[in-house]
Amino acid sequence: MKKWACFVGLILALSLGVISAGAMAEGLRSLRGTEAVKGDVPSENYRYERDKTAQQRQFVQQPPVIPHTTKGYLISKEFNKCLDCHSWDRAADSGAPRVSVTHFKTREGKELTNMSPRRYFCTQCHVPQTDAKPLVGNKFKPADGLVK
Amino acid sequence: MINWAKTKWSQIRAVRLGFWGLVGMFALGIIFWGGFNTALEMTNTEKFCLSCHEMADNVFPEYQETVHYTNRSGVRATCPDCHVPHEWGPKMIRKIQASKEVWGKLTGSINTREKFLENRGRLAQNEWRRMKANDSQECRNCHNYEYFDYMEQNRRSANAHQKGLSSGMTCIDCHKGIAHHLPNVQQHIGVEEGSAVAPNVMHPARPDASAASSVSDEMAGIE
Ligand code: HEC
Ligand code: HEC
Ligand code: HEC
Ligand code: HEC
Ligand code: HEC
Ligand code: HEC
Repeated sequence: MKKWACFVGLILALSLGVISAGAMAEGLRSLRGTEAVKGDVPSENYRYERDKTAQQRQFVQQPPVIPHTTKGYLISKEFNKCLDCHSWDRAADSGAPRVSVTHFKTREGKELTNMSPRRYFCTQCHVPQTDAKPLVGNKFKPADGLVK
Repeated sequence: MINWAKTKWSQIRAVRLGFWGLVGMFALGIIFWGGFNTALEMTNTEKFCLSCHEMADNVFPEYQETVHYTNRSGVRATCPDCHVPHEWGPKMIRKIQASKEVWGKLTGSINTREKFLENRGRLAQNEWRRMKANDSQECRNCHNYEYFDYMEQNRRSANAHQKGLSSGMTCIDCHKGIAHHLPNVQQHIGVEEGSAVAPNVMHPARPDASAASSVSDEMAGIE
């Protein structure tokens, strides 16, 4: 009896797998089509948008987008250009908003006296804006209470 | 009578000799000066700087990624544009100081990547000190802030320039690392390194601190 159940289960799993693989091949297409990737599509010429004031956030935990150009800004082992304006001891001088205290927490939840190394690479989360058009349309609506 | 003629003759000869001597020296001077200047011109090209691998391997590739190498208008700033003064006096001084580089070449002070990185803090600070002392003369040879168009400039640039330049700051106070990667700078993140450039070297105090702080507090949104 137990063996029988195992067998039926196996058949079911296999057939499901075959069906879903078939559906993938037909229904799902990536932006590059269904063919295997043959190198990168050359990027178009995008320009940074001009500097602005802080942009509207779309949901509470959203890393705010960078409202200014970041051309030539280097984040290396030696020096982090972003923190040259956004760290707490530089903000008053540079007129930039300070990184929030959430950036001081380590992976283990310990509060540090300065930026946590895991937040070192700012552009992992914060992105600058260019004049590129969205590749696909979307109907995203910001959270209630954030944007009127 | 014969005696008189003899002395007269030798007098004339002396004058003529002196005259031709002067002409000769003048000509030699021109040739020497020309050669000297040609040599100076030759050592004032990017090609010359890059003839040493110390310069070609470390700072050059970094500079190639920056706006002073490629930009929309195709106007380049080459190594000597930023590093060798135009005026005769300061140029001579820089050239004489450059003998230290020849010495460094001979003794191999930065002949490996590791040695270069180890010494980068020292070299960069030498250059910052020089630029600070001459009010960033080399930058101002090309960029004249009296003709900055603050409508054209980006928000952050226009704000910083109006605030900074009116409080007596100079280009290199804010634009460190404009053409190369920076040495290790103390930013108090993770493990601290003793050899890092101190924050007050990276950002020297404003000459006129009180005038500037009132503006920046407001801009930073700090009440
Ligand atoms: C020269 C100083 C300077 C540097 C360098 C700089 N910023 Fe900024 N940044 C500013 C200023 C000033 C603002 C505020 C703009 C305003 O509101 O007018 C700002 C705004 C921002 C904001 C928006 C904050 C919000 O609340 O919406 C983010 C995010 C940001 N910067 C990220 C970065 C990152 C990431 C880098 C490095 C790639 C960087 N910045 C480098 C000066 C700087
Ligand atoms: C892991 C993702 C992540 C990284 C890495 C990161 N941030 Fe953020 N950042 C966020 C999120 C999420 C928020 C918004 C919520 C908050 O304040 O924590 C934020 C908020 C901010 C703000 C706005 C603060 C405020 O009070 O409005 C600034 C400025 C900022 N980050 C700068 C930086 C800089 C500079 C770095 C690099 C040194 C950095 N961030 C790295 C995720 C990140
Ligand atoms: C003979 C090989 C050689 C040539 C040619 C050369 N350099 Fe250097 N340069 C060096 C060495 C070696 C050092 C490191 C000296 C030291 O350790 O103090 C150096 C250091 C420097 C520094 C740091 C300055 C300082 O005061 O510490 C600058 C800036 C520099 N070079 C620019 C240039 C420029 C611009 C040119 C072309 C006009 C050039 N170099 C040509 C070998 C060279
Ligand atoms: C030989 C002339 C020349 C010299 C010397 C020079 N610059 Fe430039 N600079 C330029 C040109 C040309 C551009 C690019 C203009 C454009 O965008 O087409 C530029 C652009 C810049 C930018 C804009 C960067 C950007 O990303 O748009 C800054 C900042 C700058 N220079 C600072 C400096 C500083 C600081 C110095 C002195 C250490 C200096 N320059 C020396 C010619 C020069
Ligand atoms: C108080 C600090 C400060 C001083 C002093 C300063 N700058 Fe700037 N400059 C900035 C900041 C901040 C930006 C904009 C952010 C960036 O590009 O990193 C900027 C941007 C620029 C730009 C690009 C302008 C644009 O919007 O396209 C140029 C060119 C420039 N600076 C040249 C100079 C020159 C030349 C001097 C010396 C006469 C100088 N700066 C002095 C802070 C300063
Ligand atoms: C736009 C101006 C500019 C140009 C062009 C430029 N430099 Fe520099 N250089 C600087 C400044 C400013 C420093 C001081 C350190 C810093 O801020 O990065 C420097 C520092 C250096 C140093 C000391 C080590 C270091 O990285 O700090 C060397 C060596 C050097 N430059 C060589 C060169 C050579 C070789 C070229 C040509 C391939 C060149 N530079 C082109 C502005 C320039």
